[in-house]
Amino acid sequence: MKTKLIMSAAAMALASATASFAADDSADPIIIPIHNWSSQIVMSHAVGQIFESMGNNVEFVTTDSQAVYESVRLGDVTLELEVWEGAFGQSFRTALEKGGLHDAGDHNAVTREDWWYPMWTKDACPGLPSWEALNDCAALFATAETGDKGRYLDGPVDWLKHGKERVEALGMDFVVVNAGSAAALWAEIAAAEADKRPVVVFNWTPNFAEAVWPGEFVEFPAWEDGCDTDPSKGPNPDALYDCGNPADGYLKKAAWDGMKDKWPNAYDVLTKISFTNAQIAEMARLVDIEEMEPEEAAEEWLSANEDVWKGWLPEGAS
Amino acid sequence: MAEIATNSRPEDGTRQGAGIRALLEEPSVARGVFWSLLGVAALLTVLRPWLPDGLVRIPEALLMPWRDWIDAAFDFVAFDLGLIHVTRFLSGILEFVLDAVANILYGRARWPRFEALPWTVVASVAAITGYALGGWRLSLLAGGTFVWAAVIGQWKWTMETMSVILVAAPLGFTIGLLIGIWCWKSKRVEETVKPLLLVLQVLPFFSYLLPAVIFFKVGPTAATVATVAYSLPPMILMTTLGLKKVSPEVVEAGKMAGCSRWQMLRYVYLPSARTEILVGLNQVIMLCLAMVVLTAAIGMPGLGAKLLEAMGSFKLGRSFEIGITIVLLAVVLDRLSKAWVVKQPEHFEKGTPWWKRNIFPIMGVAAFVILYLVARGVAEMDPMPFDEVSFPSWLVGIMDEVHRKESLSQGREFDASIKAFLSLDWVNAITYAIRYVVNVYFLIPTEKALLYLPTPAVIFVITAIAYRIGGVIPGILALIFFSIVAQLGYWDRAMLTLHSVFMATFIALLLGVPMAIYSVRKEKRAKFMILLCDTFQTFPSYVYLLPAVMLFGISPVTVIISILIYTMVPVIRYTVEGLRNVPPELTEAADMSGATRWQKLTKVQLPLALPTMAVGLNQALVFAFFMVIIAEFIGTRDLGQEMRRTLAGTNLGWNFVLGFSVVFMALTFDIAINAWAEKRRKLLGLD
Repeated sequence: MKTKLIMSAAAMALASATASFAADDSADPIIIPIHNWSSQIVMSHAVGQIFESMGNNVEFVTTDSQAVYESVRLGDVTLELEVWEGAFGQSFRTALEKGGLHDAGDHNAVTREDWWYPMWTKDACPGLPSWEALNDCAALFATAETGDKGRYLDGPVDWLKHGKERVEALGMDFVVVNAGSAAALWAEIAAAEADKRPVVVFNWTPNFAEAVWPGEFVEFPAWEDGCDTDPSKGPNPDALYDCGNPADGYLKKAAWDGMKDKWPNAYDVLTKISFTNAQIAEMARLVDIEEMEPEEAAEEWLSANEDVWKGWLPEGAS
Repeated sequence: MAEIATNSRPEDGTRQGAGIRALLEEPSVARGVFWSLLGVAALLTVLRPWLPDGLVRIPEALLMPWRDWIDAAFDFVAFDLGLIHVTRFLSGILEFVLDAVANILYGRARWPRFEALPWTVVASVAAITGYALGGWRLSLLAGGTFVWAAVIGQWKWTMETMSVILVAAPLGFTIGLLIGIWCWKSKRVEETVKPLLLVLQVLPFFSYLLPAVIFFKVGPTAATVATVAYSLPPMILMTTLGLKKVSPEVVEAGKMAGCSRWQMLRYVYLPSARTEILVGLNQVIMLCLAMVVLTAAIGMPGLGAKLLEAMGSFKLGRSFEIGITIVLLAVVLDRLSKAWVVKQPEHFEKGTPWWKRNIFPIMGVAAFVILYLVARGVAEMDPMPFDEVSFPSWLVGIMDEVHRKESLSQGREFDASIKAFLSLDWVNAITYAIRYVVNVYFLIPTEKALLYLPTPAVIFVITAIAYRIGGVIPGILALIFFSIVAQLGYWDRAMLTLHSVFMATFIALLLGVPMAIYSVRKEKRAKFMILLCDTFQTFPSYVYLLPAVMLFGISPVTVIISILIYTMVPVIRYTVEGLRNVPPELTEAADMSGATRWQKLTKVQLPLALPTMAVGLNQALVFAFFMVIIAEFIGTRDLGQEMRRTLAGTNLGWNFVLGFSVVFMALTFDIAINAWAEKRRKLLGLD
């Protein structure tokens, strides 16, 4: 209660200072979608609080992270702060083609999504992180159902990874099993942690799991442009997907087309917003390790990093 | 009853058609057709290696472009005909109501712009309401639930959830009651509504997602619409059922008393059908709370969203605590609403003072005002930073809001103990053994066998079974529906879905029926069993999915277990109901003729309970079809997994093709089992 009062007092003071700039923003709330992973939630709250400090009204709505693009397109939701190239690229592009939303710029952060293992795996298979060494240890990763082949636990199918194709293209002794959700992946890692069983699973960065379970990505033949469309790229001349995923995928922001006219100041800030990997990891850490509420974590992060976000505000605002 | 109706319908085919039907229902002919269908299926299976590919699976070239057609139809109805403007207008009204409730409960910045209620106010008003309606036990339950929500640090989320439930549940109840009455009035309405309801119930949740978001705007509105759509079917069915059962004597008495049509309905029919309507209400509340987590994907605020968030960062303990809150809310709302309906009007002696007549409303208002002023007034007076607050003002502050650090949440400790439990060697050994044996020797071989079968063989077997148990019409429908599933083009995935559904239902019968039989011997045990059913029905399935994954890995057995927990509920519930409702004269007759307990059970009780148990089996199948899609959360390879893929890139047409594959399979079984139960009931003279 009290911290909230102080915050809102601070917000009010800021608001009066920036009133002249925020004057032409609509008083309707800016609707920010939140999904079910911590960095996105904290980032959304942090940006929401920045908007509030400019005198805007902000509301949050929980949504599915794929279906959200349809809502942004229709204007029911104003923006989206984390568009991951690998997982949401397709939904984003489809909505882009239909019209109604647009690209509002990239974050500084790069994303990497690929095969990954927790550190204890390396004890059993010391040749890691090379993928050939991994393949030689395939039997270590066998489960009750896979016989003597290893099991690779891929991400949910709607993230559109190509684990199966890669296993075939590189002739690996692995069976690909898709987990249905991020949570199911964590459950498998946690279960493996109990008896330090070797596992190789899909994982990505930036992500809270890095702090809980230290680990590494498997090094596959480096990504070349066209590896997913041109068989001649990559080591296997006859197959697609014979490379690792790009190690520097984009992390974008998306905005509803109408945002620019309705909330010009907020829109201007949105295009400038850019978080780095370290900042995103820190936001996730505040919630996942420090057990803060996302709102508190956002406040905490904003007050510790004023130099980062003050620069995004309209000139003369602070 | 439905049987009579179909027979007497004049447009029901020519005399010739009726003749063929009668012939096909002749026992000897039925047996012949049944066995020859099975024979053809067996032959096809044996000959499979030599069959042309076109007979094993429908060739791609013959599949219709259903996806494009559905997409085109959707765009036409939604945008060209302008349905979206109608639904958006409705959701505008709904939004206004939701916003007002949200403002009162948790201070959302909307009309009427009050401040959020302190938790002490809500908890004490709930306790007083509980006392007024059902005595101290209910008071403790109602008040205790809200105290729990506050001290565990979930207050705001609970109020966010409640703000939607308090709109959705009454809405579902009212709409369900009205449609139920309408169905009872008009046979034709009933015949149109019933299959529609079933489609609503079995259409996978992933198919609701996109239309709900497009038509009703992501947020509490879409969540409310989806929740109401799910909770309607049992309410409608139970209302109609109850009204049909009103005894003619009561109706005569009403007519003699000169009741108008409205009075007949209000004072004769509805009160007489109270039991069934209450069951409907119970189901509305249970289903509303069961939807709390799923609808988080389309904007349901509160506990569900927080639960998914906790699971996303693997906080088992926290998600478990949230699950408990959801169950408690379900139980409280259910008991309060039941007590309210059952309560008889109180009569006071002449001359009782006004305050005594209205003691409970007065207490409620007084508690509200006093606690509100204490919590709010004092909190506003002293804006000290939190750390420096003195004890009395801390106490007052806590009456207003319990902060995260003060809450009694044991999330971390819970996580640690789960992990410790899982690292025990014997636990690992047991779960590994179960996983190995069940997967390798049971689930994987049966799955492979089902996939090996040629498509027509499967269709024939299912047609044969539907015909044998349900009769001619269910048989023909089975043939048509499964042919449609084959034509929709996802046969292998459909078979994997069917496999999980069958296995989970089979194991549910194996475990559930004996448990139910055991529990009905004592009334207390039976009651406990029903409470357990309520709990498992509302406890968010997501919460136990994760421990299940940790125990059994991402494998078929985990999927079956997660479905099983859901399918056991109706099996047990309806078996208990069926056994309890066996007329006591009959069991006494059995006792007198010297039957052993086993004879009494197998010769008297079970046969009489069988039609009711069939309804349970049917419900179990419907639930299994529902859960098998949710189990995608663990990782499956069936229709659910493919549906997930359609969400990336919002492929509405594709999504519906998959959704309808599920619907047609579920409809087939529903129709066959219901027809069987109906026949059986008539045979036993139970209707």
